[in-house]
Amino acid sequence: MNARTASCPNCGAAIRFRYAQAVQTVCEYCKAVLVRHDLDLTQIGTVGALPATSSPIQLGTTGRWHDRPFEVVGRLQYRWERGRWSEWHCVMGGGESAWLSDAQLEYAMSRLATPDRAVPPAPSLTVGQRFEWEETAYTVTTLTQAHYEGTEGDLPFQYWDKRVCWFADLGNVTGKFATIDYSESPPLLYLGEYCTFAELSLGNVREFDEWPAAARTAR
Amino acid sequence: MATSVAPQPTPLVRSFTCPSCGGAIAQRTGGWAQTIVCPQCGAVLDADDASLRILQAAEQRERIRPLLPLGTRGTLSGVLYEVTGFQRRQIVVDGVAYHWNEYLLFNPWHGFRYLSEYGGHWNEIEVLKRQPVTRVTGGRPAAQLEGQLFKHFQTADAETVYVLGEFPWEIRYGDRAQTQDYISPPRLLSAELTGEEQTWSLGTYRTADEMRRAFPDVKGLPSPTGVFANQPSPYAGRAKRLWTTWVLLVLGLIGMLVVNQLFAARTLLLSERYVYDKAAFAGDSTVSGAFVTPVFTATGRPSNIEIAIESDVDQDWMYLNIALVDVARGSAREFGREISYYSGRDSDGSWSEGSRRDRVRIPAVPAGEYYLRVEPEGGDIGRIGGAPVQYSLTVRRDVPNMGFYAIAFLVLLLPPVFGGIASASFEGRRWAESDYASSSGSDDGE
Repeated sequence: MNARTASCPNCGAAIRFRYAQAVQTVCEYCKAVLVRHDLDLTQIGTVGALPATSSPIQLGTTGRWHDRPFEVVGRLQYRWERGRWSEWHCVMGGGESAWLSDAQLEYAMSRLATPDRAVPPAPSLTVGQRFEWEETAYTVTTLTQAHYEGTEGDLPFQYWDKRVCWFADLGNVTGKFATIDYSESPPLLYLGEYCTFAELSLGNVREFDEWPAAARTAR
Repeated sequence: MATSVAPQPTPLVRSFTCPSCGGAIAQRTGGWAQTIVCPQCGAVLDADDASLRILQAAEQRERIRPLLPLGTRGTLSGVLYEVTGFQRRQIVVDGVAYHWNEYLLFNPWHGFRYLSEYGGHWNEIEVLKRQPVTRVTGGRPAAQLEGQLFKHFQTADAETVYVLGEFPWEIRYGDRAQTQDYISPPRLLSAELTGEEQTWSLGTYRTADEMRRAFPDVKGLPSPTGVFANQPSPYAGRAKRLWTTWVLLVLGLIGMLVVNQLFAARTLLLSERYVYDKAAFAGDSTVSGAFVTPVFTATGRPSNIEIAIESDVDQDWMYLNIALVDVARGSAREFGREISYYSGRDSDGSWSEGSRRDRVRIPAVPAGEYYLRVEPEGGDIGRIGGAPVQYSLTVRRDVPNMGFYAIAFLVLLLPPVFGGIASASFEGRRWAESDYASSSGSDDGE
């Protein structure tokens, strides 16, 4: 067993890590959620099949963000009152993690930030409040109560079987955004920006019936 | 890195049966659909529910045929989209209902886009991720988006009165939202408030021709009527161009005037002094005061000849019948000039009327030899005891004509002035549809 391959302690199938530092992965065959401790894999649960979202992103999708390549290696899927969205775990060329969010085909890239100012506690937040991190001002746009629906692929942390998660989305005058994930304590701050499909130069995306591949590229 | 790719294209389209009327429904946006409206009976169905739970029963409604039918594909901003949803929204202003149509368009990679249509006026709309900043300028609300200022146009409560197709959110007949429109033609910035959530979108005006090119399969897209909120004014750029042209032409005119002033020959052809003493002819009607001047020679290209008269008439008038006689041809150009000057004092102070001098220009006189035939007449001149009138005649050739420049200047003013009026009228019709209809919109002209 090396850092890239292992076998599933549940079904024995080969597990191939896309991400060398993966802490958690899901067996593609038996959907066992596996956590890695040194060289051992421990099953901590099982996920059902993820509901279809018709996202063009999939494990193995490649792209570029700020001229740096990334590959999609894992996914968390959520549901909220207005639909579903996915947080795709991306590994940048340098090995660090980033997140590609796909909410009804509105894309955003972000990375976990080390806040230079305190992250507000959830109960105190209201829409319209302003905060500043890394010299950029953000305004709270939505407070979302989301339901965790499942996971696939490699994640940089252990994450599964959450019930209800609170998120705060913050926007900005130039299209930057911040998300606060209140499912962890202390809450996690992600900073990034909204992107268009074309801006991300996505490759190895899903094809769709009755849609010519040419419709993927903007003329 | 090895990758696993789904070998088969993912299906987006699926067919099923309406639980309300049993009709066939084709779904076009795959897992994105949250709500589907049956095209046959109009029932609103929960697309996220395996058995398509009926969210809102079908109602007896007038069927609306969208200009762009569901399933139509077209190219907007270089991306191929398919029409997958349609809703008609209505606002009521002063008791009058107005409605517009909104189309939801879908591309499985690039996502959702919107088109709105009102009276043949189209807007291509994207949901904004950049946040505009609202403020008040000049007493009116405005919104600023990345340095561009949008003027507030209208606030309204929009109600969804008709829906068709599928939507990635839950939609119902009767949905209400407060809308705020801000304009900076050809762009339209809209804020939509539903409950606590405010969504900003940015529209860009699309002409009927652009829409016909975008949707070549759709026939009979109507031409727009009236002026729409963010319709670019055909005069906006034109008025600016007309004034730019005007400035250039006036500069040219001033240049010509300067050149004319600098290079005009003003050649002195004749300068003579005369005395008119009517007393000399008193009582003798057979004697005329007429005389001729010495012959003078005009040279060069055809140009004007100016005859300047200076006299010492006082409380009196004189009249000169003058003819410019061409020696070679024997032809004459005749004209008469009256010179009068009166002055005095009354309760308002001193006054004067008329002038002791006069000048006349004869245009386009060809080169040749000429003389003047002069016949003076006078009113009280030469009355007993009155002094004879002294006067001089000065003839110059090629004298610059300032009057021409004044007329040219006025004529040049016409296009920009009329352009400005047309532009103001267009802006007036635009703002007539806004919340600011009572105050004239002409101050918003470009």
